[in-house]
Amino acid sequence: MDRRDSIKSIMLGSIGVGVLFESCVNGVSSEEIKKTISKFQYGRTEKEKTYDKKLFSIQCFSKKEMKTITQLCNLILPPNEFGSIIDAEVPELIEFMAKDIPSYETTIKNGLSLLNQFSIKNYSKSFTDCNENQQKEFLDEMAYPDPDLSSSEQKEEVQWFSLMRNLTMTGYYTSKVGIKELGYVGNTPNVWDGVPKDVLDQYGLSYEKGWIDKCVDQSKRNETAVWDDDGNLLT
Amino acid sequence: MQIKENLKEYDVIIVGSGAGGGMATKILSEAGLSIAIVEAGPYYDPANPDQMTQMKWAYDSPRRGRGTTRPFGDFDQAYGGWDIEGEPYSQVGDTQFRWFRSRMLGGRTNHWGRISLRFGPDDFRKKSIDGLGEDWPITYDDIKPYYDKVDKLIGVFGSKENLPNDPDGFFLPPPKPRLHEMFYIKGARKSNVKVMPSRLSILTKRINNERGVCFYCRQCARSCMAYADFSSGSCLIFPAQKSGGQIDMYVNSMVRSVTTNEEGKATGVSYINKDDKKEYKLKGKVVVLAASACSSARILLNSKSKQHPNGLGNSSDIVGKYLHDSTGGGRMAFIPELMDRKIYNEDGVGGMHVYSPWWLDNKKLNFPRGYHIEVWGGMGAPSYGTGFNVNAFNKFFGIPVGGYGDVLRKDMRKYYGSLIGMDGRGESIAMKSNYCEIDPNQVDEYGVPTLRFNYKWTEHEVKQAEHMQNTFEEVIHNMGAIALGNKADKSSNFGLTKPGEIIHEVGTTRMGNDSKTSVVNEFEQLHDVSNVFVVDAGPFVSQADKNPTWTIMALAWRSSDYIIDQFKKQNF
Repeated sequence: MDRRDSIKSIMLGSIGVGVLFESCVNGVSSEEIKKTISKFQYGRTEKEKTYDKKLFSIQCFSKKEMKTITQLCNLILPPNEFGSIIDAEVPELIEFMAKDIPSYETTIKNGLSLLNQFSIKNYSKSFTDCNENQQKEFLDEMAYPDPDLSSSEQKEEVQWFSLMRNLTMTGYYTSKVGIKELGYVGNTPNVWDGVPKDVLDQYGLSYEKGWIDKCVDQSKRNETAVWDDDGNLLT
Repeated sequence: MQIKENLKEYDVIIVGSGAGGGMATKILSEAGLSIAIVEAGPYYDPANPDQMTQMKWAYDSPRRGRGTTRPFGDFDQAYGGWDIEGEPYSQVGDTQFRWFRSRMLGGRTNHWGRISLRFGPDDFRKKSIDGLGEDWPITYDDIKPYYDKVDKLIGVFGSKENLPNDPDGFFLPPPKPRLHEMFYIKGARKSNVKVMPSRLSILTKRINNERGVCFYCRQCARSCMAYADFSSGSCLIFPAQKSGGQIDMYVNSMVRSVTTNEEGKATGVSYINKDDKKEYKLKGKVVVLAASACSSARILLNSKSKQHPNGLGNSSDIVGKYLHDSTGGGRMAFIPELMDRKIYNEDGVGGMHVYSPWWLDNKKLNFPRGYHIEVWGGMGAPSYGTGFNVNAFNKFFGIPVGGYGDVLRKDMRKYYGSLIGMDGRGESIAMKSNYCEIDPNQVDEYGVPTLRFNYKWTEHEVKQAEHMQNTFEEVIHNMGAIALGNKADKSSNFGLTKPGEIIHEVGTTRMGNDSKTSVVNEFEQLHDVSNVFVVDAGPFVSQADKNPTWTIMALAWRSSDYIIDQFKKQNF
């Protein structure tokens, strides 16, 4: 049996068996819950606070599963001078999303289990005990979707890896380190006064006079608006 | 069940605190009338740090902003959504109406798009033009002075364009276009689609000392802590309180019905306090419903009495009928020229800096009524979903999609900010056969009978949606972009959104001169009961291809002036 076939059969097998896995368990200390709550201050309603607290009090993945996720995410996006998926708290995000989107729990656990079954079959050890080259062999089987198929038509393992890649990427690029690496410089008070001149030049574009004359003169933004009777702005 | 009665009699009880309720509160309280606002959600102030989401980062949320509890994301300021636990609604047959509710002070004005368009002269007389629907009992000239006052009170940026059916107003100057918007301008003009500065109620310039000026964070959907965008609380209700208005606020209070006396006149409202689930009564000389088109219809239909056996104001059997939402359609595109673009802060205001008003003549088209085009895109703040399918556009260059490792970093950077989207928002035809009614088999968690919807788009809307898709494709081509996904075709009604999804539902208590074919008169006063008014979008006879909020407020102001006049004449 070649590797592709074996992945397929294991995947199908595990889905056929159904819920083989430990489900989310309570087991987070009240101290830790408090700490998590204080970390996320984002204007919740009482109902939302209750919902978040419930999720914070559940640990969805085992330590081993978290270790596998961490190693996998590190392969998807290795650390660089800006930071790492650890700095970006990507494994924690994935664990949280598996509770926030209930269908993710089984999907993600299925895939993690597959990785281990696969590595045991090939190297007689778990995924996390394989060396990086061995781990990448597995990834190579799953990381490249068939360009002629839609995402739901891809092989199960390809779909699973795409999900993990998506969560890793979004986790990293929505974190402090990832935003810095991307270079996003907004979300801060400023005054928008148009596309920078060098950028306009780069694209051979320019603001036309007829349009720009209507636009705000930012030097007068703090002068209170006064109009004549025909709606012409006087200030 | 014991009903607790408040002995105080208010001059006016206002149900709902959104655009219409807020405006009525401001105008009526400033005339010295005593007001009770009854709001189904909690108190909310955009400047309250405990409720604030503005300037938060994705990582301030454990789900990085995903819309698990709020449909438009964690930071959107609408408490509620399409589905609210304990407050269900149902559908007749294969109807798929979607009803968005925001339960909080200010309602949906806290998160809306701030697109503030006046209806034009033709929008009040569409039946005279194309024979469909009904004309309004008022003309543009009747409402124009109120549009002018709303512009000056609230603030709206825009530009003088002298278009016949998109009237100019008292505008603040608009912001300069962003880069992707300049690509849109180029593509739209090549396609003979008119483009102009957008018209949004965001303060690009100071209008008074109580409200701040826009500081360009693009987060109006989170409601502005500086009160530099229009929300009903920050721009109408708080100022009314500040200027000494006699205003009592009943929050977390879900109105069940309007109470009436032997003569059939309204005496007040009964409501359920959501905190103790008990029923209370408030007394008022006048009741102003501003709970949103469908909620106000529901309250009227649930207000049955010996004198009003078919529900209050419903002798015509028109309450709930003529429900209509805007049409919607959209398309996304990838602009290859914008790959690896220089990154700078282009947040700008919350929403588009340019848009296309309806630009064609229906006489030459196979459908009635028009649509406008909204534009989005650019270098937005990363949030949940950023980085998904990071290199999907590789397929346009024959490069493998997917993979792992450092190459993903390059892909992320390469494609960031290269996406543009267009959305059409159009006018549908108000149909008597599209309606909401009371579901005889269901109550909400407060014991109040719920709504059931019956709604089908007609061929008119489907053809309009087809036209949108053709326009989008042409504009995308003409701006040098690549359209994404498959073009919506007949099998999906050409991408036409489900009714309710654009959240412009109007028409359920339509106005008219004939009490047999309409619910309220031109002053939004029930034909059947002289001391009950409806000042949300329920009285709209037709929708126009304009967003409803500016017209809700202009009409609410006009009706409030009428109410004050009637008080002076001691008619209440």
